[in-house]
Amino acid sequence: MTGILMLLPILDSNSYHTEILATAALYALLALGLNLIVGYAGLLHLGYAAFFGIGAYAYALLNLRLGWPFWAGLPAAGLIAGCSAVLLGLPAIRVRGDYLAIVTLGFGEIARVVATNLESWTGGPNGLMGIAHPAVGQVRFGVEARPYYWLLVILVAATAWACARLRRSRLGLAWLAIKEDELAAGCLGVDPLRMKLLALALGGWVAGLAGCVFAAKQGTITPDSFDFIQSVMILAMVILGGLGSIAGAICGAAILSIAPELLREFSTYRMLLFGLMMVALMRLRPEGLFGNRYQVPNGQSVPGTKRRV
Amino acid sequence: MNGELFLQQLLNGLTIGAVYALIALGYTMVYGTLQMINFAHGEVFMVGAYLGLSVMLVFGLAAPAPGGAAWLVMVIAAAAVGCALLGLLIERVAYRPLRKAPKLSVLITAIGVSFFLQNAVMLFYGAQDRYVPELLPARRMGEGAVSVTPMQGVIFAVSILLMAGLQWVVHGTKFGRGMRAVAQDPLAARLMGIPVDRVIAMTFAIGSALAGVGGVLFGSYYSTINFHDGYLVGLKAFTAAVLGGIGNLPGAMLGGLLLGLLEGLGAGYISAQWKNVFAFAVLIGVLLIRPHGLLGERLAERA
Repeated sequence: MTGILMLLPILDSNSYHTEILATAALYALLALGLNLIVGYAGLLHLGYAAFFGIGAYAYALLNLRLGWPFWAGLPAAGLIAGCSAVLLGLPAIRVRGDYLAIVTLGFGEIARVVATNLESWTGGPNGLMGIAHPAVGQVRFGVEARPYYWLLVILVAATAWACARLRRSRLGLAWLAIKEDELAAGCLGVDPLRMKLLALALGGWVAGLAGCVFAAKQGTITPDSFDFIQSVMILAMVILGGLGSIAGAICGAAILSIAPELLREFSTYRMLLFGLMMVALMRLRPEGLFGNRYQVPNGQSVPGTKRRV
Repeated sequence: MNGELFLQQLLNGLTIGAVYALIALGYTMVYGTLQMINFAHGEVFMVGAYLGLSVMLVFGLAAPAPGGAAWLVMVIAAAAVGCALLGLLIERVAYRPLRKAPKLSVLITAIGVSFFLQNAVMLFYGAQDRYVPELLPARRMGEGAVSVTPMQGVIFAVSILLMAGLQWVVHGTKFGRGMRAVAQDPLAARLMGIPVDRVIAMTFAIGSALAGVGGVLFGSYYSTINFHDGYLVGLKAFTAAVLGGIGNLPGAMLGGLLLGLLEGLGAGYISAQWKNVFAFAVLIGVLLIRPHGLLGERLAERA
């Protein structure tokens, strides 16, 4: 599967198409990372783009100020984003459900405003420019999308593999347990706080990697790329694919990043149709494309009763 | 900063806070009955602002005139009715079919509706800022440095009237009792013969009408609107709802006024650039100390 995806840019050498594929792969990586937090651990996070941004700014600053090459910056960006996710998670994790969503939304917005206003470090609204592209030996990645696409497919494949393994591990089962019933899981010896922080750390790590690749590919980053809409779009990809589903996260990312391009021929009506498409897709498959049909506990099917995420 | 300027900032903050409060009521009502965050609510507010502008353009209202206040009330009423219908439509198309679906799936339809409304307005009115004619004279009332414009007076009057009216509807009418019943337990409410679907639809209609009123007031106060306004104002109104305790009506009013105050004073004393950080930092602080918002304890009687 990965091999076929790797071949795509060779079969279709159109650089515009490759660019779209690279964007889709970037979103697939982000969706997989957020899926760890929302789909596996059940933490509704609305500020995920902040970690994406932290990863991007981390690499940009390491590269511009300390001259770090991309391959050293990649794990560093992942680590920094992962640590930030844990640090911001420590206070936030105490509140639950929808309130957690709002606290994370707040942190996301604060991160963006800080990036906009802390001009001496982040370049303010103009962002940072001249970030180095990666190189393998003598081969430089440059501005062409193709090498980035390959790199991203490798990262997506590795992350998807890790997610599949995680799901069946003790950690994955612990996440499932706290998602279903935190109190019961706690009674059985699962430490909910630690498990949640681990999910945030791993999700943050993935976002950091994505941010680093994004910064290296664009060469320029501005705070606008990491706003609330971005967080919501990544979440939409995860939900559209089906919460907790690896294939779903990837497909959701592919659909929501490629559809606006396909709709381009409708020019001005493009985003209008995109909005309608999102409503229509959810009405057809409310549990997401790859989601399991949800069983309401106690057989209740009444509007407004408490349902889990 | 001296005392008079402080009072002026306080007053300006309260004005915009009253608008936030009106919009926050819609978030909180829907959350109270359905435990669902209506992410398209900010766009309903934005559509309300443009509906108000359209009515002004249709009737050729362009300048302050003797009957300005009466016209303004008519414009507000028209926007409220239009937004109520829009709210009903959104509920019917995007939310009701998904009531039995996983809770998060309505988030997607809400985003879809937001994209649709934003782009529909943009196609119709263009992407640039639109000027909203001032129907009331701009002269300031009051002596010295602290003064109130007629528009600010109207904003206070209209929002106080509507909030009082809403309190009466929720606590003094049969529909309000039904709404509170649905909020407590939809299954039991249905068994008691309450038309749950109709109550929910009405909740959306009322919340959207309030957002529409907020839209006209916002547009007239700042004299300019943009199709992007729904996002940030919606986010802030939502913050206000959470600040006061989401699902709690007096909480939404308190949260709106408080957020407006924080913004007004924060912009004056700290820095306008960091205004939004200030609002969100206070929100996070409040949630960490009181996880259910300022008035959240009364969640049992939310509606």
